[in-house]
Amino acid sequence: MRALRNIAAIVEKEWRHYFGSPIAWVALFVWTLLFGIFFFFGLSFFVRQSAMTAQQAEFGPKLSLNEYVIRPVFHNMAVVALFLAPMLTMRLFAEEKRQGTMELLATAPITDLQIVLGKFFGALALYALMIGAGFLNFLPIWAWAVVKPEWKPVATGALALLLAGACFIAVGMFLSTLTKNQIVAGFLTFGVLLGFWILSWLDDPTAGPVTKALVYLGVLNHIEDLMKGVIELKDLAYYVSFLVFGLFLAHQSVESQRWRA
Amino acid sequence: MIEVEGLTKRYGRNTAVDNISFRVQKGEILGFLGPNGAGKTTTMRILACYLPPTEGRVRVAGHDVFEAPLEVKRHVGYLPETPPLYPDMEVATYLDFVAKIKGMAPKERRARLDDAIEKCRVGDVRFKQIGRLSKGYRQRVGLAQAILHNPDVLILDEPTSGLDPKQIIETRELIKGLGGDHTIILSTHILPEVQLTCGRVVIISKGKVVAEDTPGNLTRRLQGAGALRLEVAGHVAAVEEVVRTVSGVLATHARPAGEGLAVLDVEAAAGQDIRAELSKAVVQKGFGLLGLTQVGMSLEEIFLHLTTTDAAAEANASNETKEVSA
Repeated sequence: MRALRNIAAIVEKEWRHYFGSPIAWVALFVWTLLFGIFFFFGLSFFVRQSAMTAQQAEFGPKLSLNEYVIRPVFHNMAVVALFLAPMLTMRLFAEEKRQGTMELLATAPITDLQIVLGKFFGALALYALMIGAGFLNFLPIWAWAVVKPEWKPVATGALALLLAGACFIAVGMFLSTLTKNQIVAGFLTFGVLLGFWILSWLDDPTAGPVTKALVYLGVLNHIEDLMKGVIELKDLAYYVSFLVFGLFLAHQSVESQRWRA
Repeated sequence: MIEVEGLTKRYGRNTAVDNISFRVQKGEILGFLGPNGAGKTTTMRILACYLPPTEGRVRVAGHDVFEAPLEVKRHVGYLPETPPLYPDMEVATYLDFVAKIKGMAPKERRARLDDAIEKCRVGDVRFKQIGRLSKGYRQRVGLAQAILHNPDVLILDEPTSGLDPKQIIETRELIKGLGGDHTIILSTHILPEVQLTCGRVVIISKGKVVAEDTPGNLTRRLQGAGALRLEVAGHVAAVEEVVRTVSGVLATHARPAGEGLAVLDVEAAAGQDIRAELSKAVVQKGFGLLGLTQVGMSLEEIFLHLTTTDAAAEANASNETKEVSA
């Protein structure tokens, strides 16, 4: 109970900071703008394709809104998240250290884990809000499409986006504990996340076990199935363990810095 | 309230705090005095559970900092050297956040917040952004943060550094006012501050405790029976000659003065009051006695005496032995 209250206090503080400064507003603006642009491209492509298939009704494939509009948008947004996440996380600990406020948090009767979780959920909540805001783009489809898209792949797609973003945030938060300098934390995070993304490019059918293992680590590989509406244990296990490991590292780093300080 | 036994803190090979021990009773104000880099901040950080000790036992409010840090933190209010403030927050919002992470229930939060704001006189900036406050106000907000949960123990690291003289006086008054209810440790390198606010002083240098006493006792102990300052109308050399004949006088030091005026610092043997003899002797020789006052060695001199480099201390020590043998 007390632990939850402490975490909530940190979350609230993070939100005050995000929304008291331009960070949250700019992030929301950029995110929803890109979301809208990708949605617009997806939709116009879909409309052109349907017009073409309508002319050759017997031969053309049946087009699905899920496959042609919603899924590509989610895919692109996962990459956008990879770019935006460092900007949300780079200040989490670096700024506290630079300002000397880490001393306040560390001498208050709260545990390091509560600090880490509070900051994580603060950033994650903002990211969830961004996904929610982007979702508004899809509402017109449900309002006006003749054949409504399936809701399940949309829900699991959003879940995939959330999980991938949560992993990005965990990594970014950990790297932010390592330095006093926000920019350094940001660059490091960006580099590491990009590395995890590139791992998926190694995939090819003839790959050996080592490459296979590396490919498994690729952070965006695991959103594929979820985006299609298939919930697989191996993907969920990947995200959960990635997340827990990231939070564990952040916690260890915060704790060990007192010993080395 | 605070027990420190054999506390040592090493950073790699560098020993910041070397086997120090002291105690602070409930309601006491202890001054922690030392030059920069003496280990004051490190010790205070350990007391506030920000750093773990390398060796030694530290108990605050009955709890061990190693075994029950959360309990210690509940009983300690800590003001670091730079007040830990969020520049983009309003004062009230900031204090409310601090109250929350200090685990205060919503009901008491309101009352404690008002109390701390009143005690530290930050009411008029309550809704101002911290980043726009002057240094004095920031320090006070930092202090408000420390006393917010009404802790038994207050640890203040250089609470008056960087303030203007008026603010320094106000802050000292505030700290004095907090003593009694709270046990306070404050560190400083400003000596008058200790004389004015603290009941007891611990002087540390290079991580070691070099002296521990009340400011008054320290002054007395180090100056022996005390020096007398003698002001006489007359020629310096002649007056000195007279003074030396008085029994109990160990040494005289002439101080610069105007023509026809002799100002002498007279060192007397410990435990002997030679004022009557001295004045009689001077007057009998026909000099006009203008003044005779007792001068204490200022805490500054004591401090310098105790914390100067080892080489100087050794030189002093050998001088003293020479004097004794002579």
